[in-house]
Amino acid sequence: MGTPRASSSGPAQSARVVRAQRRTAYVLLIAGAAVYLLPLLWMFSTSLKSSQDVLSFPPQFFPTSWLWQNYPEGWNTLPFGRFTVNTVLVTVLAVVGTLISCVLPAYAFARMRARSRGFLFALTLATMMIPGEVLLVPQFIMFSEAGLVNTLWPLFLPAWFGTAFYIFLLRQFFLTIPRELDDAARLDGASSLRILWSIILPLSKPPLVAVTVFAFVANWNNVIGPIVYLRSLDKYTLAVGLRLFQGQHATDYNHLMAVSMLTIIPIVVVFLLLQRAFIQGVALSGMGGR
Amino acid sequence: MLRIDDRAKTRRTARPKGTRTPLARAEARNFYLFLSPWLIGLVVFTGGPILASVGISFTDWSLLSDPSFIGFDNYTRMFTDELLLSSVWVTLYFGVGATLASVAATFFIAILLNQKVRGVGIFRAIFYIPAVVAGVGTALLWTNLLHPDYGLVNLVLGWAGIQGPGWLTSTSWAIPGLIIMSVWGAGNTVVIYLAALQNVSVTLYEAATIDGAGWWGRTWHVTIPMMSPVIFFNMITGFIGSLQAYALILIMTDGGPENSTMVLGLYIYRQAFNYFDLGYASALSVGLFALILVITAIQFAAARRWVHYEAK
Repeated sequence: MGTPRASSSGPAQSARVVRAQRRTAYVLLIAGAAVYLLPLLWMFSTSLKSSQDVLSFPPQFFPTSWLWQNYPEGWNTLPFGRFTVNTVLVTVLAVVGTLISCVLPAYAFARMRARSRGFLFALTLATMMIPGEVLLVPQFIMFSEAGLVNTLWPLFLPAWFGTAFYIFLLRQFFLTIPRELDDAARLDGASSLRILWSIILPLSKPPLVAVTVFAFVANWNNVIGPIVYLRSLDKYTLAVGLRLFQGQHATDYNHLMAVSMLTIIPIVVVFLLLQRAFIQGVALSGMGGR
Repeated sequence: MLRIDDRAKTRRTARPKGTRTPLARAEARNFYLFLSPWLIGLVVFTGGPILASVGISFTDWSLLSDPSFIGFDNYTRMFTDELLLSSVWVTLYFGVGATLASVAATFFIAILLNQKVRGVGIFRAIFYIPAVVAGVGTALLWTNLLHPDYGLVNLVLGWAGIQGPGWLTSTSWAIPGLIIMSVWGAGNTVVIYLAALQNVSVTLYEAATIDGAGWWGRTWHVTIPMMSPVIFFNMITGFIGSLQAYALILIMTDGGPENSTMVLGLYIYRQAFNYFDLGYASALSVGLFALILVITAIQFAAARRWVHYEAK
């Protein structure tokens, strides 16, 4: 829409048209935002309801009394503290591994010449098309042969060996950094690793933040991995813990929503803290379509 | 350093094709060194497993016993598997439905956000947050929201005088319910669209306005053609992404009612981890991969008709 100018019928009228358009856009946006927010508000209000409120018909939007004790009650039903520790462990190890194992290949693709570079890069892009289901069974067999079922290893180990999409994202950004900067440092005798660390990375905050948040969210929310690999309660992550909770208390919606709220709060905090750089990074990923 | 580099360049031209300078060789060595985490990952966690999938698909294997070679039996079995047929249909229904609905809804939101409105940042965050929190917690939230009697969705429909359907408890409304959930979680496409919209040249709109185009005319003749590569990108990634939704479907409906939400991912999961039929599960995942390739190829072929690339 840019700045749509309405025709030749005078600046006064065109300004009015623009104002009217902007007003309509506002009304629609607020309505849309309300629709997007309502589910989360419902989650919050349900988490405070009593067991009768939850099953009242017709349903009420607001709880009759605000039962904050639903939070500790839900939390203490299962060892959610343990689940949180496991989830944090897996997420942190996976994020660190992702950053290291994606930055190095991305830098290689962006800056170093080798005969097979084009082919390997095409191969990297091709793997982005492979859905996780196709790899699930053979990876499970591999980890079970290695005796790693019911450990946290299968959940973070693959992250240490690169992810095509993040490598692509980082490489695209590295390419926009002027090569003259590298050359100047190389003149001063800096090694490739040194150039990456002290020139490329400090200039690459948006894609690095984006990859961090992407990897954080993906691992924190990972459902299928924990379901497939984890067997005992002390190894569970929040995702499988919540699922177990649902299995045991299917209609206990108030406690279920209270614990669910607690599991999404860390991601919302991370997102809000890093929002600007993150959105810049997402926008960057879409440039693949240009 | 630079001098050596220069000399290397002149020498390279003098050398016969195929041989390389020590400097170029050192650079290539560095290339593979830096790439090595991904090269290992490519072989161990991607390429290897795909080849293994193909291999296992020719066997009968329950993990407890040794695999035994059975040729194409797992593949011929697919043609008589009625549940598989309905599962392919459910996968396409959900995938196409969720992709089209998300691509259209988020495009509309992005156009609104691009009207230079105040507070764009806040709106963008609101539309994005559902995508960030999507996991077991929000899957359970949506089972609650879509509950026929106690859910918010039917409450709101009731205000409008509409008797809401049974959603996840109904064979014909379960997939539409899941599609609504995925549109809610598709906020990242809003961000991608918005970035691209800001690159559309204002002069094109001015030209269209001079030609007498109104808001719709400008959207239809300028915005959509200029945005078509990004719309296409979101359709390709959206469809592949929709296949990942099986994890949440597993939690919400476990394929039911009456297998009406049994998407292929879930069917593969069930064959592998409930029935321990690893051979058949592998054959199915090879089939799924083939299906994705066919659908992506169709999308690329169709793209020639509607995607507009600016001449560089």
